[in-house]
Amino acid sequence: MPPVSDFTLACPIPISDYPHVLLAHGSGGRLMHDLIARMFAAGFDGLGLDAAHDAAVVPVDGTRLAVTTDSFVVHPLQFPGGDIGSLAVYGTVNDLAMSGAQPRYLSVGFILEEGLPMETLWQIVCSMRDAAERAGVHIVTGDTKVVDKGSGDGCFINTTGLGTLAADRTIAPGAIQPGDAILVSGDLGRHGIAIMATREGLTFESAIESDAAPLHAVVRDLLDDGLDVRCLRDLTRGGLSSALNEIAEASGYELQVDERQIPVREDVRGACEMLGLDPLYVANEGRFVAFVPAAQAERALAVMQAHPVAEGARQIGTVGDDTEGDAVVTLTSSIGVERILDMLSGAQLPRIC
Amino acid sequence: MKYIDEYRDGAAARRLADQIARITTRPWTLMEICGGQTHSIVRFGIDQLLPDAITLVHGPGCPVCVTPLEMIDRAIAIAGRPDVTFCSFGDMLRVPGSHDDLLSVKAQGGDVRIVYSPLDAVQIAAKNPEREVVFFAVGFETTAPANAMAVYQAHQRGLTNFSMLISHVLVPPAMEAILAAPGNRVQGFLAAGHVCAVMGVAEYEPLAEKYDVPIVVTGFEPVDLLGGVYLCVKQLEEGRAEVENAYQRAVPSAGNVPAQDLMREVFQVIPRKWRGIGQIPHSGLGLAPAYAAYDAEQRFGVDALHVEESPECISGLVLQGRKKPPDCPAFATRCTPEHPLGATMVSSEGACAAYYRYRKRAALA
Repeated sequence: MPPVSDFTLACPIPISDYPHVLLAHGSGGRLMHDLIARMFAAGFDGLGLDAAHDAAVVPVDGTRLAVTTDSFVVHPLQFPGGDIGSLAVYGTVNDLAMSGAQPRYLSVGFILEEGLPMETLWQIVCSMRDAAERAGVHIVTGDTKVVDKGSGDGCFINTTGLGTLAADRTIAPGAIQPGDAILVSGDLGRHGIAIMATREGLTFESAIESDAAPLHAVVRDLLDDGLDVRCLRDLTRGGLSSALNEIAEASGYELQVDERQIPVREDVRGACEMLGLDPLYVANEGRFVAFVPAAQAERALAVMQAHPVAEGARQIGTVGDDTEGDAVVTLTSSIGVERILDMLSGAQLPRIC
Repeated sequence: MKYIDEYRDGAAARRLADQIARITTRPWTLMEICGGQTHSIVRFGIDQLLPDAITLVHGPGCPVCVTPLEMIDRAIAIAGRPDVTFCSFGDMLRVPGSHDDLLSVKAQGGDVRIVYSPLDAVQIAAKNPEREVVFFAVGFETTAPANAMAVYQAHQRGLTNFSMLISHVLVPPAMEAILAAPGNRVQGFLAAGHVCAVMGVAEYEPLAEKYDVPIVVTGFEPVDLLGGVYLCVKQLEEGRAEVENAYQRAVPSAGNVPAQDLMREVFQVIPRKWRGIGQIPHSGLGLAPAYAAYDAEQRFGVDALHVEESPECISGLVLQGRKKPPDCPAFATRCTPEHPLGATMVSSEGACAAYYRYRKRAALA
């Protein structure tokens, strides 16, 4: 660990821009990206943060383990299609799966706010139990803290996951090759819109349910099928756009996607139009992108579509050339003109008109 | 999705672009008024389908952009008070003031809330009589009726803890300021469809006649915008200068009469300062005398605040269609959405922000 003065010098941007942490620092956009790169990666040198991936792969006595951790602070605690409990299991399971690991064990840490109804907590616990069973993981250890009323938001959950890696292969942005196909596992934006609609009391003709789901089984089948999976990434905060920009930056290749091929359900599109949001930036909790050689794209899609959680899988683009440092994602618009698909600065905020 | 898909159809868009190319015999410069239209043009790449002879310049119709810096500072001063619950539409929160933004006020404990309707703020005031609830009323004729309704309802309900910080502006006076300015290059306008849905089309007739300029009421989707460009170019080529409505599915010629009545009840026309442009007479709305008690500037004594803008920023020229964002030496270097120097970079609908987001690479090349 460098001395404190060096640490301060190493991360001037987040500190000089904003003397206080903003909500936008947690929104999955440019601000969070900078905070991780300049604050945490600079501070925690050598902990694998430079891999810019959802889970770290660590060697243990000749085998490799995948390890990841995630905290869940969703409001409301319960929403159409899930709750904070199932989310806390699937989120961590999916982060493990994206490194190609078979998820095995989870720890769970609860930070509870004084006054939380026991009935609510029991529902969350039951939901975690069911989700763990569905994802084939065991919750093996935990921790509980209670904070004063007003110091929490009912319930925060942290889960840490351990997974095992079968083959000695690297699934990461560095493995991507020019010409690879970019696949997405289904329609985008349902989780973010479900949360926002519940939080803000917005109602639509039919309830939009979160897409939260475990993705380990579909990933396992992709690997078992012998497909040359180069890179996987689940689409959470910041949506497709943040994930693709991070991968473009880490791989050094231009990523080209076609808006006309990106699946977004009609009700989600309607909600986004109404709120002035772009579904490509809206959060998902059961969707991922996969990079495979172009020649294997159809086979990979067939494997994915055999799973209910990925039955809407489609190819949305291809990997372009080496950008020589100018990492970029380009998008062909619905009228066929090309533009940049940028990472958002902070949170997407609903527009005035 | 009905009313969206058919207006985002690539084949229809290209057909219109071909028609525009066929009727164009010389260069024309058109301005789209609304920031939503600018955003759509750059996002879909509509200008890239047009013949080289057609130049689209981007107008002043982004409410976040043209809200003066001192108004942001006033909002920040009010929102930081411990007795205030400050309500705003989301996109005003990250607009930097002279020293801070509303998101930072929130991070430091200020009660700053995003609402989806000004009526939500009235509801918050009714439920929390011990709090001073302030709504940041920003926008054009589009948002004015709902904001007028909020004040009207607060008045009807006898709420004394509700007030509005108002920065309302009007489109036709800004169009006139652009047309009357020496060096104006705008030859035709795509008028803002949603503004016209409220106000109707009649107030544009005198402008078209006085300045001999075609004005086509236009929507926001690619096919709408190309249709608007087509009608505008056709008028120019034929030597006509009329008001035409290319957005009839949303705009009746009389507009929304009950909404106009409510605006006239609650607001009065006043001079307003536009960020990047300056003071324009009769270009804004303030509370009518009968509703003056709901004016947050008066209530919190922040009306005297004045500030200086960056001398490097050319947003005034961009907002009047004289320059394009990449013409500015600070664009995407010293001026970015994270560190905006001025009006057109602060909002996602500002022309500079739209170019930065969708065209950064081409613009810098």
